[in-house]
Amino acid sequence: MSGDYDVAVVGGGLLGSAIAWGLGRLGKKVAVLDEGDITKRASRANFALVWVQSKGLGMPAYTVWTVQASQAWGRLASELKQQTGLDVALQQNGGFHLTLGEDEFGQRAELVKRMHNQAGAADYKMEMLRPSEIKKALPLIGPEVSGGSYCPLDGHVNSLRTFRAFHTGFKAFGIDYFPERPVSAISKSGGEFRLTTPEGELRAAKIVLAAGNANQTLAPMVGLYAPMGPTRGQVVVTERTMPFLPHPLTTIRQTDEGTVMIGDSKEDELDDRTLKPSISGVMADRAQRMFPHLSRLNVVRSWSGIRVMPQDGFPIYDQSETHPGAFVACCHSGVTLASNHAFEIARMVAQGALEPELVGAFSASRFGGAGAANSSGY
Amino acid sequence: MTVAPKREDYDVVVIGAGPAGLAAAATSAEAGLSTLLLDENIGPGGQVFRAIASTPVTERNQLGADYWVGADLVQSLRASNAEVIHRATVWSLDRNLDIAVSIGGASAFVKAKRVILAIGALERPFPIPGWTLPGVMTAGAAQTMLKSSALVPDGRTVIAGQGPLLWLLAAQILRLGGRIDRILDTTERGNYFAALPHAFAFLTSPYFAKGLSMMREVKAKVQVVSGVTELAASGDGQLASVSYVAGGKRETIPTDLLLLHQGVVPNVNLAMAAGIEHRWDDLQLCWSPVLDASGNSSVAGIAIAGDGAGIGGANAAVVRGRIAARAAVDALAPASAAKLPATMATLRSDLAKAERGRLFLDTLFRPAPQFRIPSGDTIVCRCEEVTAKDVLDSVAIGATGPNQLKAYRRTGMGPCQGRLCGLTVTELMAQARGKTPQEIGYYRLRAPVKPITLAELAAVPKSEADVKAVVRG
Amino acid sequence: MFRRSEQDKRPQVQIFVDGVAVAARQGDTVSAALLASGQDARRSTAVSGAPRLPYCMMGVCFDCLVTIDGVGNRQGCLVPVAEGMQIEIQKGKREIGR
Repeated sequence: MSGDYDVAVVGGGLLGSAIAWGLGRLGKKVAVLDEGDITKRASRANFALVWVQSKGLGMPAYTVWTVQASQAWGRLASELKQQTGLDVALQQNGGFHLTLGEDEFGQRAELVKRMHNQAGAADYKMEMLRPSEIKKALPLIGPEVSGGSYCPLDGHVNSLRTFRAFHTGFKAFGIDYFPERPVSAISKSGGEFRLTTPEGELRAAKIVLAAGNANQTLAPMVGLYAPMGPTRGQVVVTERTMPFLPHPLTTIRQTDEGTVMIGDSKEDELDDRTLKPSISGVMADRAQRMFPHLSRLNVVRSWSGIRVMPQDGFPIYDQSETHPGAFVACCHSGVTLASNHAFEIARMVAQGALEPELVGAFSASRFGGAGAANSSGY
Repeated sequence: MTVAPKREDYDVVVIGAGPAGLAAAATSAEAGLSTLLLDENIGPGGQVFRAIASTPVTERNQLGADYWVGADLVQSLRASNAEVIHRATVWSLDRNLDIAVSIGGASAFVKAKRVILAIGALERPFPIPGWTLPGVMTAGAAQTMLKSSALVPDGRTVIAGQGPLLWLLAAQILRLGGRIDRILDTTERGNYFAALPHAFAFLTSPYFAKGLSMMREVKAKVQVVSGVTELAASGDGQLASVSYVAGGKRETIPTDLLLLHQGVVPNVNLAMAAGIEHRWDDLQLCWSPVLDASGNSSVAGIAIAGDGAGIGGANAAVVRGRIAARAAVDALAPASAAKLPATMATLRSDLAKAERGRLFLDTLFRPAPQFRIPSGDTIVCRCEEVTAKDVLDSVAIGATGPNQLKAYRRTGMGPCQGRLCGLTVTELMAQARGKTPQEIGYYRLRAPVKPITLAELAAVPKSEADVKAVVRG
Repeated sequence: MFRRSEQDKRPQVQIFVDGVAVAARQGDTVSAALLASGQDARRSTAVSGAPRLPYCMMGVCFDCLVTIDGVGNRQGCLVPVAEGMQIEIQKGKREIGR
């Protein structure tokens, strides 16, 4: 672990890996410091949507940022394929959010209206559809489906393979990946950052904090602020079955391998070693009402994971004024935004400064009272 | 014939109707505790007493006296008031002792004051080249067919591996008129020396005389090759031949059926998913739960008995089942403990007797590294068809343990949920990284520990809060 | 690969394997009946299409997966045969609605 690095990325999940890969792509000498096998890792618990619809209510800039990421994903997928030979199975042919019953339909329609009326947001053609129209795309929906929203920009990807592709790509870019090196302290002296790990100290000219919810603890070490509000989510997955679902849904998707993933819950509980079968039961029940033929499929696994979630739900990208060269990045949608992280955030970190016109809205200064302790707890 | 549990709450729920479970349920019910025994198989017996109440093998000596011991256990259970449900697959057990069980395609939910896991063992993975070919099975599989359907091998049959079960199976096949062409013994020569210090206990145990006579019986009829150091199955879509190296010499023999066995290991999935702490056992080379002398685990109210508690064999399993049940009686109805025939002290001395010779067997039949830790294109994960090379490639890009490996390669993510690859993955990664298996760890397991239909999962009782956690507008 | 011992006096049960009548015995599991039948009972995997037969016969390995009375991916080693049962050897991934 000796040697100096241009950039040390703290966190080897999808977000840190995308930024590190992007920096390596620009020829930077990069180290990635990661935790070990049992860590709260959203990168292996996520639902793998590359998702646009309903993102950004309350922050138009987030909608713009999300649409940009969606549009850049194809380039990311093809560069990863070329470099590693791994097909991440990106599919962007539009996605649905289905509703059960009239109440849910009404609520969703209201959301779509509010999104449309929001000034400054990109228009991404999200629309409400009734079952007769949805059936043209999803012929197997059940009688309880009252309708839903559709957005042509939505899609999904094999996120585990994306994760593996980034880590495989590290080798080709000469990026040093150090698992089992949680960072306990960061200081700056002599113009470089010194990161303390159980295996000794690592030095780098710049650092990117990409440690998910742990950013809340790390950020203050370098004059940054990242208030987080993690929640737990559960996912259920079935055995492999023949392809039946040509579009991803917010809560159901069929992977390229053939398994059907069913999500998701939002709970205050933050123990990802356990899960509540009764919550999985609600998810399973809704899934079989949406697609009755799923009821006979076997569930082979279920899991819970802790969402990386900034307190207000929007991404945080920031740079330190007291510790120039220190950046923080965290967001909930590490899959959707991976392309932006690999191309845009990496480019800006390499340049040494975030561009306000692109990511200024995501500064933690929006929380006011920077540095104030908060107790979202994780 | 599929019936739901009669009650929602029980004093004791026993999971598994093998030797430990049969003994535990009978003991608990005899003491007057409300007792439910849930078992996945068609009838009682577990694996060792498989089909004890229904076997078509009527000539008693063919299966051996040790097998028929199971009939007495079943009789005691039937004489008790324990409620017994077969073809019942427990798919969830949590720290609150809430149990979800799938019976006839529908799930039932029961709560227990104490749970005794008698989930037994499964055969250790034997990942040699070609072990996924049709025609390659475990020795236990052949024994199951022999006991429950009086089926015996009739093609060119090779048995390979080591351990007491292998010799017992060979003897049973021969007694029923089945065919065995060759036995390939993979016991490492060095193990004989390593086991010597434990030989006295073994020589004075019941295993010794029985084992010796069984080996004589088999060797009189079948060619036995000892000191086998390499083993591979090959064929195009079907097993065609087995090749092996013994004494430095390679030989290939045409084969229709290859039966593999290198011991059994605890079946950990349900226990781990319940959050019970396990440790790596360096002698038995497997994960074993951390238990006290009564079988109590790290989760309050859950005890483990039988081979699921660490491999001890059928006799020990019976006693451990009684001990765990007696501990439950002491805790829930101390006044009733007097009804039980044996005191705890008697049971503990019975256990010491039953475990006599185990150390010798464990040392002698400790499987060789090349049969536990494969290389190259040999499949490690049968469900997801992941090879040893794939695993090593993942270690090279940074996988430190089985859970990161899952993310990279999907090992353990198929329907068997790691049962056939978990130990191999842990040991392979430990070797590649120069770490101990304990440091590498195991898959994180969660409910459902056996596949259930989506409809069954959807039928779980749900609260308003559960719905709110999912339907968020 | 396997044959029945003569002492087996259990009553016969007729099942159908891909439409062909097969004589099983009462108490057989579906997997045991298939292995005893002499028919080609190899399924093919959902991952690569590789051929497989049961490996463990005790509910652990999931290599005995088979379609029973129209329901796919059932563990044949845990299901007893019944008169008239329709068995289909599964090729690849489970089909929708089966």
